[in-house]
Amino acid sequence: MARALPATDVVIVGLGWTGSILAQELTQAGQRVVALERGAWRNTATDFPTTFAQDELRYHIRHSLFLKPAQETLTFRNNASQTALPIRTWGSFMPPNGVGGGGVHWNGQTWRFNPTDFRLRSHLTERYGAAALPDDMTIQDWDVSYDELEPHYDRFEYLCGTAGLAGNIAGKIQPGGNPFEGPRARGYPTPAMQQPFAPTLFAAAARESGYHPFPQPSGNMSQAYTNPLGVKLGPCTYCGFCEWFGCGNYSKASPQTTILPVLTRHPNFTARTQCEVTRINTDSTGKRATGVTYIDAAGEEWEQPAEMVLLCAFQIFNVRLLLLSGIGTPYDPVANTGVIGRNYSYQTTSGVDAFFADKNFNPFVASGAVGMLIDDFNGDNFDHAGLGFVGGGFMGAAQTGGRPILGTLTPPGTPAWGAAWKQAVAENYQSSYSFSTHGSSCSYRGNHLDLDPTYTDPHVRKLLRMNFDLHPNELKMSAFLTDRLGEIVQKMGPRQLVKHPRTGPYSVTPYQTTHLCGGAVMGADPRTSALNRYLQSWDVPNLFVMGATAFPQNAGYNPTGTVGALAYWAADAIKSRYLKSPGPLVPA
Amino acid sequence: MQVVAGGWMFFTPEEAALVEVLVDRLIPPDPATPGGKEAGVAVFIDRQLAGPYGSATALYMRPPFADGLPNQGPQSPLTPASRCRQALAALDRHTSDAFAGRIFRQIPETEQIAVIQRMESGSLMLNGSNGRAFFEMLLQHTKEGFFADPIYGGNRGMAAWRMIGFPGAHYDYRDWVGRHNERYPKPPVGLSGSAT
Repeated sequence: MARALPATDVVIVGLGWTGSILAQELTQAGQRVVALERGAWRNTATDFPTTFAQDELRYHIRHSLFLKPAQETLTFRNNASQTALPIRTWGSFMPPNGVGGGGVHWNGQTWRFNPTDFRLRSHLTERYGAAALPDDMTIQDWDVSYDELEPHYDRFEYLCGTAGLAGNIAGKIQPGGNPFEGPRARGYPTPAMQQPFAPTLFAAAARESGYHPFPQPSGNMSQAYTNPLGVKLGPCTYCGFCEWFGCGNYSKASPQTTILPVLTRHPNFTARTQCEVTRINTDSTGKRATGVTYIDAAGEEWEQPAEMVLLCAFQIFNVRLLLLSGIGTPYDPVANTGVIGRNYSYQTTSGVDAFFADKNFNPFVASGAVGMLIDDFNGDNFDHAGLGFVGGGFMGAAQTGGRPILGTLTPPGTPAWGAAWKQAVAENYQSSYSFSTHGSSCSYRGNHLDLDPTYTDPHVRKLLRMNFDLHPNELKMSAFLTDRLGEIVQKMGPRQLVKHPRTGPYSVTPYQTTHLCGGAVMGADPRTSALNRYLQSWDVPNLFVMGATAFPQNAGYNPTGTVGALAYWAADAIKSRYLKSPGPLVPA
Repeated sequence: MQVVAGGWMFFTPEEAALVEVLVDRLIPPDPATPGGKEAGVAVFIDRQLAGPYGSATALYMRPPFADGLPNQGPQSPLTPASRCRQALAALDRHTSDAFAGRIFRQIPETEQIAVIQRMESGSLMLNGSNGRAFFEMLLQHTKEGFFADPIYGGNRGMAAWRMIGFPGAHYDYRDWVGRHNERYPKPPVGLSGSAT
């Protein structure tokens, strides 16, 4: 039997990016906030200092910073004709764990989505007609506009000190920036990062092709920065250990480097670590959350009553908690009814490997978000008429590291081992390069999340089951993007070029990206969305669900910028409206 | 100074001798760079299998176990340590049967290479199952040991990093971002700080 704790105003489940942002905003507004995090507390100085952070084996290969599947995993199948099996070791994506969440080990690629991404179904229907979209494609509008989110994107970027070069300030196109981006009120807080050799060559080839290269927006600092909370970040040293790693140099924007030093000084903020929330509790009407139940490191069960519950865990775990708590109607893909688990989407990545005779790229001189990219083939920035697909992605040369266990390329035909392999690795390490595309992922009726009937976690609670496969729309898009990327790379003069478009079926084995989206999406209609435009549950108005869980489908960008903007957007609505008059912010 | 690991933590002496031959076939020595054995790859694998990785403490190991589809990921009920131990024994049994009582390390190098190639292609059965799974695990462990920081026992003298020109745990490349198409000249440095 759970023991009840004294009630608090707000309980937050998960202390990553969104939990930290909401905790800071609401403690600042006078609320008593308790954050429950199932992982450990993590500090830069003690958990990933520069003395041992640069360890490919420990962090990348052995997944030291991530959730352990032994604690919680999920099962996977492509479709209902298969039997789902548990993901026993992580592969395609890496669920985060611990204070700071994915904000600790991300690359820092900090994007805004395109204005048309937020009204995707309306926009595509207007431009191409409803017949252009497959029947089982369930993309929909977000019910929030780019213009409404712009001030919140701005807040997140200025929190992080994002380094970049604006392409559109108040409607005026800026030289050298991304001309396709939505208008921003002002430029990035810090200048773009310095570019290594390969991105510089790629930009020249892209320009020559008539495209519009620009520096990748980066959460790694091009110079020292003090954010509006007074927290300081140091300049990035381009050490090449960003994604999968914590930054020991205070150079990568994370909750640790931007918010927690201030948040932890609030007397009305409490964080409890190694406390795993097992349920969101509701009253007898099922329309009001009364708090959460959690299990601490000793296995003791506690109940934390609260006036408001903010679900801020990683995307899939938000969905699982909703299902396990019986909140909202589970999605039924056959009847196409219900909302919890609906519209799961991902990210469609691909690449081009190129081998050069006369280049030395120093791939280890790198950072998580240093690169030159083009957005000419993202979203609906290009005419899709006759192409047979919708969506797109950015592409280019991003130099994230030359770590040798996984970062060595050999030309096609090279054996996987032996003397010839060894020689090819030695010859090609400095002169080969992987270029990439980062494509969108539409939502479909069959791609959804539910509870697995067989497999459970150590507390004997059902695991989440992922039902997901790549659809012809995404495969055609990936082939198209990869071909365009290949044409540009060819202009750089490689002796050999190998294209790797994404192919089906979807596999959970090779790493692709941790950009999992949807499952409790935002929207205008409670029949097709779990959350209203302020990320408030339609069913339980004192419950808000943060993160990419709310994305109705994923755009051709990394999600964190939009996750941060949505967190500030929701925080703003909670502070300015909900706290004054608790209840639905949008009539159902 | 050289730090030498003392004794095997997981492997029996027989297993260790077999693994030292295997890693030298996968990464053979050449005049410029040592092979897997001299680089300490077998020591690396031994330490990994003796530790939490070998016993799968982080992995989801709850039943039921089923083979599933390749794109559903590994589903073995065995830990990496058990899988390795069983496969090594099966490999010696196989060569003993096929080469008149000689275990793997006693057959000629060309035959050893041919056996590894048959594991790679999936045509060699070990313990009644396809040898490719063991081959993939062994090759992955071998490359990890060759390229990981020397604190784990492999990549002795940072030989693998020297081979490709990776500077290791170097802290600050700010002066080098703008030096395009120029080879970085400094020797590698490991987490322990040694640049020798």
